[in-house]
Amino acid sequence: MRGRKKLGRGVAVLGAGMSKFGMFSEKDSKYLFAEAFHEMVSTVDKGIDPKDIDALYLGNFTNDFFVRQGHWGPIISDLLGLAPKPATRTEGACAASALAFREGVFAIASGFYDVVLVGGVEDMSKRSTEEVTQGLAMAASPYEVKAGFTFPGVFGAMATAYFTRYGASREHLMNVTIKSHNNARLNPKAQFNVSIRDIMNQRIEKAKNKGEPPPAWRDEKEFLRDPRANPVVAWPMHLYDCCPISDGASCVLLAAEEIARDFTDNPLYVVGIGQGSGKGLHAKEDLTYFEATRYAAQEAYELSGLKPEDVQIAEVHDCFSIAEIVHIEDLGFFRPGEGYKAVEEGLTRLDGSKPINTSGGLKCKGHPVGATGTGQLVEIWKQLRGEAGERQVPIKDLRVGAAQSLGGTGGTCTLTILERR
Amino acid sequence: MEGRPFNDISYERFLSEEKLMGSRCQKCGVLSVPPRSICIKCYGSEMEWVEMKGKGKLAAFTSIAIGPPFMIKEGYDRKHPYVSGVVELEEGVRVVARIEGVDGSKPETIKIGTPLQVEFLHRGEGANSTTFLAFRPL
Repeated sequence: MRGRKKLGRGVAVLGAGMSKFGMFSEKDSKYLFAEAFHEMVSTVDKGIDPKDIDALYLGNFTNDFFVRQGHWGPIISDLLGLAPKPATRTEGACAASALAFREGVFAIASGFYDVVLVGGVEDMSKRSTEEVTQGLAMAASPYEVKAGFTFPGVFGAMATAYFTRYGASREHLMNVTIKSHNNARLNPKAQFNVSIRDIMNQRIEKAKNKGEPPPAWRDEKEFLRDPRANPVVAWPMHLYDCCPISDGASCVLLAAEEIARDFTDNPLYVVGIGQGSGKGLHAKEDLTYFEATRYAAQEAYELSGLKPEDVQIAEVHDCFSIAEIVHIEDLGFFRPGEGYKAVEEGLTRLDGSKPINTSGGLKCKGHPVGATGTGQLVEIWKQLRGEAGERQVPIKDLRVGAAQSLGGTGGTCTLTILERR
Repeated sequence: MEGRPFNDISYERFLSEEKLMGSRCQKCGVLSVPPRSICIKCYGSEMEWVEMKGKGKLAAFTSIAIGPPFMIKEGYDRKHPYVSGVVELEEGVRVVARIEGVDGSKPETIKIGTPLQVEFLHRGEGANSTTFLAFRPL
C-alpha cells in the first residue's frame, strides 16, 4: 500500500562507485571524483555514454574553507565533460550528497530529466585537526559553537544523556567500534581496513621491535580502555569512537525506471526517500534521539509502504559511536533504549539479523563529509546486488537496504531505501 | 531594554550586562531562550523580554580535550579539558553553556542533575570583548 506522498515516476539506480577513502596528500577533489566516476561507469552493466547524463547534483560542504575554492558544481561537470549540462551543488553539511541524491530523484521523478549523476566530494586532510574541528563546527548551531562544543562534544553530551536515561555505558560504545573495524577489515576502500585486534598486534609488534615491553591487552575492550591507546576527544567520546578526517568522492547514476533496463538488467529502485530538519541541542525536545531522523524515516517508510522490519541491511551515519546506537533506534529497527543491547547481542554484525554499516561505517570506511551520503549508497548497491565480496551479508533473498545520513549536529537528516526486484 | 530587537545580537549584549534573557510571546506565553522574533507555537510576533533567574540543573555534558582555537587560546588542551553542557533552567527551557567549577579531567565525577547557578565569563577587550554564558555547581 502506498502512502500519501509519491514520486511522479519511478527512479532507478544504474551504477555506483567511490574512490578509496583516506588521507591523500597527492589527491585533490577532481582526482578523487574522477576515481569515483570511473568505478561508477564500470558498474553500469550495459555501459553508459556520459553524454547521456542530463544533469549533475553534487554534494560538498567544506571545500570553500578547507581548499579555499567554492562553486564545485561546474568544476566537476567540466572535469567529466558534462558542461554545458547543468550542475547544482547541494550543501547539507555531512548529509550534502544525500541531498544531491534526493534532488536527483526529484528531477527525474518530475519528468524533467531521464539520467542524472549525483555524488559528493570532500578534500579535508590538508588542514590541521584543530582547523578541521573548527571548520566542521560551522555546521553546528551558533550557540553550541560559542559554548565551546565541537562535533564530538555534541555527541558526547548526547551520550551522557543517553547513558543516564537507559543505563548504557562506554563499554557498550566499544561494541560498535569493534564491529565497525571487523567489517572495514573486509573493505579494501576503507580508510582503516583493519580490525582492532590487527591494530593491537601491530602495536605489540612495534614495541617488540623497539625493544620495549609489549603492551599486555587481554582483549579489544582492554585496548579501548587504555588511555594511551584510546585517548579522550570529548568525553565520553574517545579516539576510537570518532570518525577520521578523510578525503574521498562517491557517485551514483540515476535514471527513470522506464529506461533503466536499457542500461542494466539488475537495477535497484528508489522506493523510499525522506528528509527532516532539526534544532540545536538547547531546543531539542529530547537529548537522546534525533527528531529529524525520525521524520525522515517516517517519510521514507510512508513513500515505500515498507516498515522498519522490512529493511534488511542499513548504512547509518556513525560519525560517532553513540550516533549509530541512536540512529538504529530512530529508524525503528530497535526500540528507544534497546539499540545498545542489540549491538551487544551481535544483531548488527555482518552475520546478525540486522547488519548495520557493513562497509565499516564512517568510523572506519572514512568520512569525507560531502561524499558520505552517496558513499553509503555504494555499499547498499554492492550488498543488494551480491557484489560485496568477503563482507557480503549471508541473508537469503536480500532485497531491501537503506542509508541514513545526518548533517551537522542533527540539523539535516535523510533516509533512502533501495530495493532490488 | 524594551526597544532591543529579539535577536542574537541583543541576547549577546544582555550577556555582556550579566543578564540571561529570553523572549516571551505576548499572545500565547511561550518562552524562548535565546530569544525568537517569531513565536513557533502561535506565530505571534509581539514579544517581551524576560530575565531568567539563572538557576538550573545539568541535563547533558561533555569534557572536551580537542577544542576550537578560541578555547585553546584560553589555555585548554588535551591535558586541561574544559566542560560544555546543556542546562535545564528552572523556567523549563534549556541553554547550552560552559560548565565551570567541575574537573574536566575527571568527567566520571560530573553528574547529570547537578544544580547549577549562572555565571558570565568576560573575555577580550574593547571591540574584541565577548561574554560567555557559563554555569557553576551551587
